[in-house]
Amino acid sequence: MEKTLDLFAVGNSGIVKSVSGEGQIKRRLFDMGITPGAEIYMRKAAPLGDPIEVTVRGYELTLRKAEAKCVVMEVKGQ
Amino acid sequence: MKRFALAGNPNCGKTTLFNSLTGSTAHVGNWPGVTVDKRDGVYKKLDEPVAIVDLPGIYSLSPYTPEEVIARNYILDEKPDCVINIVDATNLERNLYLSTQIMEIDVPMVIALNMMDAVEKAGDKIDEKELEKRLGVPVVKISALKETGLKELMERAFTESKKSRAGVTVLNDTALAHLIGDVKIALKGQNVENPLFHAIKLVENDSIEVEMHKETENMIDEFKKTFKDDVFGDDFEALIADRRYKYIAKNFDSVVSRKNKEKHAMTKSDKADRVLTHRIWGIPIFLLVLFGIFHLTFSEDLLFLGKIFSFPGLEDLGVDIEAFGGQLLACFYDGAVFSPGVIVNNLWNNIIVNYGLGFGEGGWLYNLIAESGMQSWAIGLINDGILAGLGSVLSFLPPILVLFLFFSILEDSGYMARIAFILDRAFRKFGLSGRAFMPMIMGFGCSVPAMINTRTLADEKERTATIRVIPFFSCGAKLPILTAIAGAIIAYFGVGNADLITYSMYLLGVVTAILTVLLMRNTTLKGETPPFIMELPAYHLPQFKNLMAHLWDKTKHFIKKAFTIILASTIVIWLLTHFSFSWQFLEEEEVNQSILAQLSMFVQPIFTPLGFGSQLGQFGWVFVVAAVAGLIAKENVIATFATLAACLVAVAHLDIGTLDIAAEEGVDAVQAMILATNITIPALISFIAFNMTTIPCFAAVGTAKAELQGGKRYGGTLIFWLATSYIVSCMVFTVGSWWWTAFIWAAAIAVVVTAIVVKNKKQNKAKA
Repeated sequence: MEKTLDLFAVGNSGIVKSVSGEGQIKRRLFDMGITPGAEIYMRKAAPLGDPIEVTVRGYELTLRKAEAKCVVMEVKGQ
Repeated sequence: MKRFALAGNPNCGKTTLFNSLTGSTAHVGNWPGVTVDKRDGVYKKLDEPVAIVDLPGIYSLSPYTPEEVIARNYILDEKPDCVINIVDATNLERNLYLSTQIMEIDVPMVIALNMMDAVEKAGDKIDEKELEKRLGVPVVKISALKETGLKELMERAFTESKKSRAGVTVLNDTALAHLIGDVKIALKGQNVENPLFHAIKLVENDSIEVEMHKETENMIDEFKKTFKDDVFGDDFEALIADRRYKYIAKNFDSVVSRKNKEKHAMTKSDKADRVLTHRIWGIPIFLLVLFGIFHLTFSEDLLFLGKIFSFPGLEDLGVDIEAFGGQLLACFYDGAVFSPGVIVNNLWNNIIVNYGLGFGEGGWLYNLIAESGMQSWAIGLINDGILAGLGSVLSFLPPILVLFLFFSILEDSGYMARIAFILDRAFRKFGLSGRAFMPMIMGFGCSVPAMINTRTLADEKERTATIRVIPFFSCGAKLPILTAIAGAIIAYFGVGNADLITYSMYLLGVVTAILTVLLMRNTTLKGETPPFIMELPAYHLPQFKNLMAHLWDKTKHFIKKAFTIILASTIVIWLLTHFSFSWQFLEEEEVNQSILAQLSMFVQPIFTPLGFGSQLGQFGWVFVVAAVAGLIAKENVIATFATLAACLVAVAHLDIGTLDIAAEEGVDAVQAMILATNITIPALISFIAFNMTTIPCFAAVGTAKAELQGGKRYGGTLIFWLATSYIVSCMVFTVGSWWWTAFIWAAAIAVVVTAIVVKNKKQNKAKA
């Protein structure tokens, strides 16, 4: 099933299918390791619901839902 | 001398390595982006000394953030003899991404696998020989913290620096390699240095490169037409980033063997995070931590024990507080146990500065000079000018350091990055990212490093707005203004609570910052909310060595400031208050004729709406003088009070009773001011507000100028500070004096807000 990263629930994981968004945001996501094929695990949301914290390539990354929306994921089975 | 540059991801232990190598005390922290400019040091343990340059932490050599551009330009233009690429071994995959980019530059290079102690502790293994073979670059295991492997690293770097190395790339995807190869050959034909690096950047459509090699644009477009990728199409930037990670992932598994195969195992850091960034408790815990820090620094009633148990005061216990033992005891306890910050402060001021150095009235040095038989003006200059000024300046050192220590602990432990995570949503409402929080909170320590730290913000408008409001986060040097005046209000008028006044003034600064940011982001600095994509480093216990390095750095900076600019300005102010325009030495009684008094009387009416202008009568100028002196350094404000109080006592025939105007903290000096001018409480608070929000000290103004690169933004910033301080203090004074004026202010604000909203709506419509 395909889903953008911002719609992930805590505990979900999946594989990055594609990344959209304008230049700087996209490049930043790439530089931080969010490239097609990378596995992402949704760890938690901040107390106010946004940003979110994910594990990618073995470290913790935080990003806003607005930016997570640029990341299209293939959801893994629970 | 050979030069080695340290390059690596933020938070990979680069600065720790720099400190270990150079024995320097550069600033180290546990959040991404502490080193924002390059720094130099010298490594002396090789046959010949080697210069070490610490570059800012970066994730990539992309052109989007100032730090990346600084690091990239340094390696390309300054041509270090060797680049030491520090790689966090606990996070190999992402760290090697940068390595694959540095490898493309024609520069000798060594990879330092840092944090090997943490890797081994987790029971994991990294085959560095295999990694070296695959990357084609020497790899050395080190631990910057435990200082292991450093000698070997430096020796290998030294060996490498004697050779030359041509850039290599991991982008071995045949079609892509072909394209890059073509561009490289073309660049080589034009005698471009680092042809491989530039070729790849040009293929990536890197804005800086495209600008630099305009003539190649058409040619590259021609080359690109021959290339097709099914997934990425013509998005070469994405394609290249993807290929780098693919290469790393492919070669990665055979190099690292993990003991714990489980992917999402709970680490200690995760457990701490479950509490500290909890959905419900995260924010209350953060507020509690902030309150705790201020309580431990400033409270004279630790944990409110004195209120709870009503301990007897020292005099009730029959302690002779005049004796040395009594004074020593009084540093720790008087009816309540003091907080550590207050104890350090008391020990420093009462015991070291007054007894040890003998600066205060009755101190050995003071008496020595008073009885030395010098001319009376010389005695006055030394005792009331220099010693009193220095004494007050030195008395600010403890609270600055204690506060700074706590912020260093937050920073080092990794909690500061979580605060940004927790608060981002709230910050976005004002058009800032959670990242802007870091420099802002650093502003509570000192505006200068805080302003430099704004370089981690990629968005220029966000940066300008942040730099402008940093001074509103009341820095350590402004604190004495608060404690002295709040103390005097309580002592003189017998109302209020020192903690409460201090806390609410800090709050006033923060609220002013929020409102002005909101205002700027909707008017002069409009723009999209910048992105927030940030690493959350693992928590670790703060290192004693790092903390001490922070503090020593701060102390050095402060002492230097105290003995140079601040000392010079106290002398100038003393001279200006003791000489008339005709350059006559004035007796204490004649201070009204002094140069400074005359000048200040002239501008005094400007401050009438703020409560410390004409209504204060003939001595009202003292507040103007103090505020002006504060532009040099905020420490001067209370130091000036101490100097002026001595004059006022003589000239106004003040009956100051038991007040000791030269006493530390300046509380008594402020009381003398109140006696002489009959200034009201709202006006005093307004005076604090003015100093907190107006143009900061010389050092901060200079930093702002450099960071904003002068010009219009800088001029606007100065006007912004003046206007904000004038309006805020006027509001404080009028509302404090006549409560009903609050309605007038509310109406005025409503009009401004409506006007802005309407105007923006119109503009948006026009755009649409």
